[in-house]
Amino acid sequence: MKNCEYQQIDPRALSASPLSAQNPAEKKVQRPRRKWEAFPGKNRFFCDGRLILARQNGVLPLTLGLIVVTSGLFFAFDCPFLVEHLTVCIPMIGGVLFLFVVASLLRTSFTDPGILPRATADEAADIERQIDTSGSSTYRPPPRTKEILINQQVVKLKYCFTCKMFRPPRTSHCSLCDNCVERFDHHCPWVGNCVGKRNYRYFYSFIISLSFLTSFIFGCVITHITLRSQAGKGIVQAIQESPARYPLYSLCFHTYLVASNLTTNEDIKGSWSGKRGAEESGNPYTYSNIITNCCVTLCGPMPPSLIDRRGFLPPDEAIPAAARLRSLPGPECPHVAVWLLAPPTLCVPLRQPPDLQFQSFD
Amino acid sequence: VSSKFHNLQEMQHTASLVTKVFIQRDYSEGTVCRFQTKFPTELDNRIERALLEQTVKTLNSYYVEAEKVGGQSYLEGCLACATAYIVFLCMETRYEKVLKKISGYIQEQNEKIYAPRGLLLTDPIERGMRVLEISVFEDRGSSGSSPSSSMSSCSTAR
Repeated sequence: MKNCEYQQIDPRALSASPLSAQNPAEKKVQRPRRKWEAFPGKNRFFCDGRLILARQNGVLPLTLGLIVVTSGLFFAFDCPFLVEHLTVCIPMIGGVLFLFVVASLLRTSFTDPGILPRATADEAADIERQIDTSGSSTYRPPPRTKEILINQQVVKLKYCFTCKMFRPPRTSHCSLCDNCVERFDHHCPWVGNCVGKRNYRYFYSFIISLSFLTSFIFGCVITHITLRSQAGKGIVQAIQESPARYPLYSLCFHTYLVASNLTTNEDIKGSWSGKRGAEESGNPYTYSNIITNCCVTLCGPMPPSLIDRRGFLPPDEAIPAAARLRSLPGPECPHVAVWLLAPPTLCVPLRQPPDLQFQSFD
Repeated sequence: VSSKFHNLQEMQHTASLVTKVFIQRDYSEGTVCRFQTKFPTELDNRIERALLEQTVKTLNSYYVEAEKVGGQSYLEGCLACATAYIVFLCMETRYEKVLKKISGYIQEQNEKIYAPRGLLLTDPIERGMRVLEISVFEDRGSSGSSPSSSMSSCSTAR
């Protein structure tokens, strides 16, 4: 192994804030920090790391507000009339649906969608080394992709410059949350979070229950109006024009995705639609059976969260790491911070910061 | 091997970290969690191939068990759906139970096989299930060995 070619920089010398220099003694008595407090992605955490949300979650209150207000009006105005004229089951069914919708929505919004933690400094260095040694010096090194075989089909893995790793298959980097998410479907502004491997089933149950709820409320409203006055359009035409059709459209689309084991991301990009010429490119992840695809996506085992939000940071990395990662501007600086965090006994051959070397392949 | 450690604590106090070897994921069967059984050349003179391969194969079988789509996982999924997923607040999922077993297995393997050879396995869950990290230690007491000659000094000691 080559000798170390980087100089270890004293982290305290970099800190521009006067407070950190004045209170070195205070650092030692600081409470142990949890990992979510130093999380590099653009997320917000609540309840001491138990709940996670995207930083851009502006529309979630609107979604909740619409659901609550619509349901509230339904319970206040339609239910008394319908209980009197039809049956007491109507508010009960409505209540159950409403609770299911809200629970699914909150579950979708506050669950980790399957965020992949960023590579450690050692892993990043190991990958750099492998990429460097694999290309020859006589031609320009290949761009940062790796081809692998999945079920006898060639799939390209891309290198993520932010997370410093080759993305596993079906993983995509969300620019809004600045995280790589496994089985990335899409970033949904209505729920204020990405939809990925761990919360897709909650998202699906949210849209299915929302469709039922809106159809139910609309049906009850039409019944109410019809009972009060005999005038009115035909029921079918009314449903066609109702606001319930939007969640129904979404439900139809996602049912198709679930049945074919696709993500929204793959469907939009046409990853498996065979547009790539003569070579056969079907979806390598499908089980070729609609029922199996549905069961696996919606009822498969629940994978754990990989980001360990409530774990404790090692004490020597706790504050300097967080301050460094947040205070340094510019795209190349997080990579500088990564090298600063490498333990002193680890010698890694380093010619120049890896990001600059591969800038031309972006 | 020039370094003989009797337990993990001794290793962590007297050893210095030389390098880390990463065993990457094997995606040939899809997105299921599986690690490559290819033996890393850096560990040629540190551990027998069969031992490491056995460890990786056992880990892979644990992950297969955790991610198995079958009767029990469907039951868990349907029950969770019927209770609006509130049941997950009080119940541990099957995956989490298997992860605990894996943790125990790695701890046991470290104590029995890897620490005496100056190696340490890190549970993949702590690395986002991306890699199986093997830390290679060298005894600080061994004289004059700079990091660049650690490998050759190992091979001559054998």
